[in-house]
Amino acid sequence: MTLHRIEIEVDGDVIAAEVEGRLTLGDFLRDRAGRTGVHLGCEHGVCGACTISFNGDAVRSCLMLAVQADGARIGTIQGLAEADGTLHPVQAAMQAEYGLQCGFCTPGVVMTLASVLEAEKTPSEERLRDVLSGHLCRCTGYQGMLRAAKSLAIQAQTAAGDA
Amino acid sequence: MAQTTAARFVGQRLPRKEDKRLLTGRGSYVADVSLPGMVELAFVRSQVARGKIRGIDIEAARAYPGVRAVLSAKDLDSLGAKCQILHGGMAPAPHVDLLARDNVRYVGEPIVMVIADSRYIAEDAAGLVFVDCTMEDPVITIDDARDGPPVHPDFPTNVADRNAPPENPALEAAFASAAHVVEATIRHQRQAHVPMETRGVVAARQGVDELLVHLACQSPHLSAHLLANTFNLPQANIRVIAKDVGGAFGLKVQPWREELCAVAAALLLNRPVKWIEDRMENLTSAGQAREQEIHCRLALDANARLLAADYDYACNIGAFPQGVDTNFLVEMFLPGPYHLPLYRCRNVNYYSNTVGQAAYRGPWAMESLARETMMELAARQIGITPEELRRRNLITAADQPFSMVTGAVIDRVTPRECFEAILEKVDMATFRVEQAEARKAGRYLGIGFSVYIEPTTMGFGVLSSEFAHIRVDPTGAIIANMGTHSQGHGTATTMAQVIADELGVEYDRVTVHEDDSSRGAFGAGAGGSRQAVAGGGAAIKASALLAAKIKTIAGHMLNANPEMISMQGGRITVEGEPEVSTTLERIAATAYADPDRLPPGMEPGLEAQYRFRSPMFVFSNAAHACICEVDGETGITRVLRWIAAEDCGVMINPSIVEGQIAGGVVQAIGGVLSEEISYDAMGNPTAVTFKDYVIPSAHDVPQIEYIHLVTPSTSDGGFKGVGEGGAIVGPPALVNAVADALAPFGGRCYDLPLTPSRLLAIIDGGEG
Repeated sequence: MTLHRIEIEVDGDVIAAEVEGRLTLGDFLRDRAGRTGVHLGCEHGVCGACTISFNGDAVRSCLMLAVQADGARIGTIQGLAEADGTLHPVQAAMQAEYGLQCGFCTPGVVMTLASVLEAEKTPSEERLRDVLSGHLCRCTGYQGMLRAAKSLAIQAQTAAGDA
Repeated sequence: MAQTTAARFVGQRLPRKEDKRLLTGRGSYVADVSLPGMVELAFVRSQVARGKIRGIDIEAARAYPGVRAVLSAKDLDSLGAKCQILHGGMAPAPHVDLLARDNVRYVGEPIVMVIADSRYIAEDAAGLVFVDCTMEDPVITIDDARDGPPVHPDFPTNVADRNAPPENPALEAAFASAAHVVEATIRHQRQAHVPMETRGVVAARQGVDELLVHLACQSPHLSAHLLANTFNLPQANIRVIAKDVGGAFGLKVQPWREELCAVAAALLLNRPVKWIEDRMENLTSAGQAREQEIHCRLALDANARLLAADYDYACNIGAFPQGVDTNFLVEMFLPGPYHLPLYRCRNVNYYSNTVGQAAYRGPWAMESLARETMMELAARQIGITPEELRRRNLITAADQPFSMVTGAVIDRVTPRECFEAILEKVDMATFRVEQAEARKAGRYLGIGFSVYIEPTTMGFGVLSSEFAHIRVDPTGAIIANMGTHSQGHGTATTMAQVIADELGVEYDRVTVHEDDSSRGAFGAGAGGSRQAVAGGGAAIKASALLAAKIKTIAGHMLNANPEMISMQGGRITVEGEPEVSTTLERIAATAYADPDRLPPGMEPGLEAQYRFRSPMFVFSNAAHACICEVDGETGITRVLRWIAAEDCGVMINPSIVEGQIAGGVVQAIGGVLSEEISYDAMGNPTAVTFKDYVIPSAHDVPQIEYIHLVTPSTSDGGFKGVGEGGAIVGPPALVNAVADALAPFGGRCYDLPLTPSRLLAIIDGGEG
């Protein structure tokens, strides 16, 4: 089996590895980069649990190969909070609104909301509700994460208004 | 006597203790576990629903680089493993081999294990295994099973269990003379549990004769118990760890064939073995649920009061179900919270060449679906409102304790009050005007209700008791080891709330461990909506014992009567003497490190344990209302409003209660509108990805409106169970709403799921 040398920045660490062409990015992040917070819920691109930030975009890591990420800058759920443990606003909103139960879909949900907030600065509540439709959750009935989306949209717009 | 246990945390919407690790990707699910020398497992599964295995060629797979072993049924014989059927009832259960031996009985049945250095390699090699198998006509549906050849050759028919009460002349006489007889057949499709985390296991030998098993499960203790029985090993040598589990809903109550295979492989190979189910395996070979049909007849008098009900229930339980009994709770609770003088229910369960059933959130939910849809059909047929029909028949507070016609005695339930609460919230008069206006514009709005009572806690069999060991450690921290378990339930939060109140300490001071069978003692974890009552009861009782010891020591140290000791926020004071105080830290230090200062004769340390006997049934109840719109052009149903009024007694954490209700309701929406595990005529599964098995997304759900009624139970703490309710009472509310929306077309929509094509057929072929 041919191996390919890749170098990927993951949560600020540069990770070099030799990988098979068929290794998925999701498996690479979990097994080779120690990012077990990247959860694989379906491995066919529907459930969204494996979502990461790929050069700033929310992307499903189960649908990409690790070799396609050579040279990319990847953010995972494990790099989102501050070094002192302070939660990212999306994480804080999810906790405040009881947006999670078992926590399995949660990393993907958080990464999507964080990526969209980062890229679009002041997305509307509707926009955030829209992007949540790409994530399956079997525990919560989506109630808490929809409340979190609303509160994040309000926070973002308030912050923009104050600026 | 000093009041030390004023509820300060019970009833509060406190943040969950589980959240910080789960939100930062630091959870520990079974797939996250790697052990040195670990190998991974892939299964070769049957592609035939019914046939005989003539030969298996494993040579190419065994020769594939990186493959460590290829095992089939005979290779496991030396272990003598017995896969137990947990909910056997009285009916004989089929023998379950871990791997199919001579016959295959469903597509997806595991035949061969391929164990390799990685899952990638294991799957490569699994593709090289050739199974030579005959192909026979399978038994797939309930109709097939009635007359088809037995799935299990050692049983004479496909009837797994049957309950056939004798003819009841009084019941037939009631039907013969009734002013109204209402009749329908309701079919519920097969569903999958689909926890977002699939099943999985990492098993490894430890030491000389110990076994370590990381397992996606609903109870580490119960799993250890079942593994000990399966492999005939001392339970003391088995340690099951389940720190974080990504949802279960009944699927992970017991380790089943695949998990047991991974354990068997670890025992045989002397290496850690990992199996993580992929989603296709999960949808095609993990336990499934429902697939029931029920023929219903109601008799009502001229005043629309129920005279009699007659039900004929059948369920397709697959080839190797985790329970073969006729689901006695369906039969016991079909009459619901209504006056019903005469009743009969016939039940039968059939084997088929499909995946076996496993308990799924409210396994007996068919009782509510059947009864509540029939109530609304009856109202339409008689020509009164569904509100009025229920008011004439629901039991009230004055009727309780109420003996159901089935013998169950229900008490401290509020079905009528919950129903009135949702009616007040929806404002029926306004809705009917809106609905009429909408119909004129070609839009079909509907409202549906449902009312139910639920037997929670289920204090029998392995669910009979629950355990708490609570200690103040030498630093003053409170640590509880409990037999509860969370697959999203948040029991480390709710149990800490209960304990903090009982001990008069801060919520942050309490840590609850429930993830490891080697800590604490037997407890059955999640199942039967039991944890608030059973776990809460154990937590209260153990805390009380511990509080008594703390007070005795404090009284001795402060020269006061222990009954006058008060504990708040870890500060310990004497009633009426505010200047005299100590702290839990000081008492703990004394108890562990300076025991000579303890009261004479008292043992050192600061800990207590209690095994709580769970009540058989603690009844909770609810009434739900759903408003939906069915698009007459597309047949698509949108749920516009959902109102849930429930009475689960004292709520430990209302946000967690609401989370349980919402989760159940949205599973109900999926079950009614879109989810369906389906097979073709040869038994091939036709829903194998999340593109085919469609669960609700955030776009499919309304904002759920909650109304909480609180009638404390008589169990310690006043708690009742709430975990399954939404999935039980939810489906009929939505079916009734669709039926109401489609009333202009006859409104008989009793074949689930109510997909757009099914609803369009009603609209296009309706009575108009």
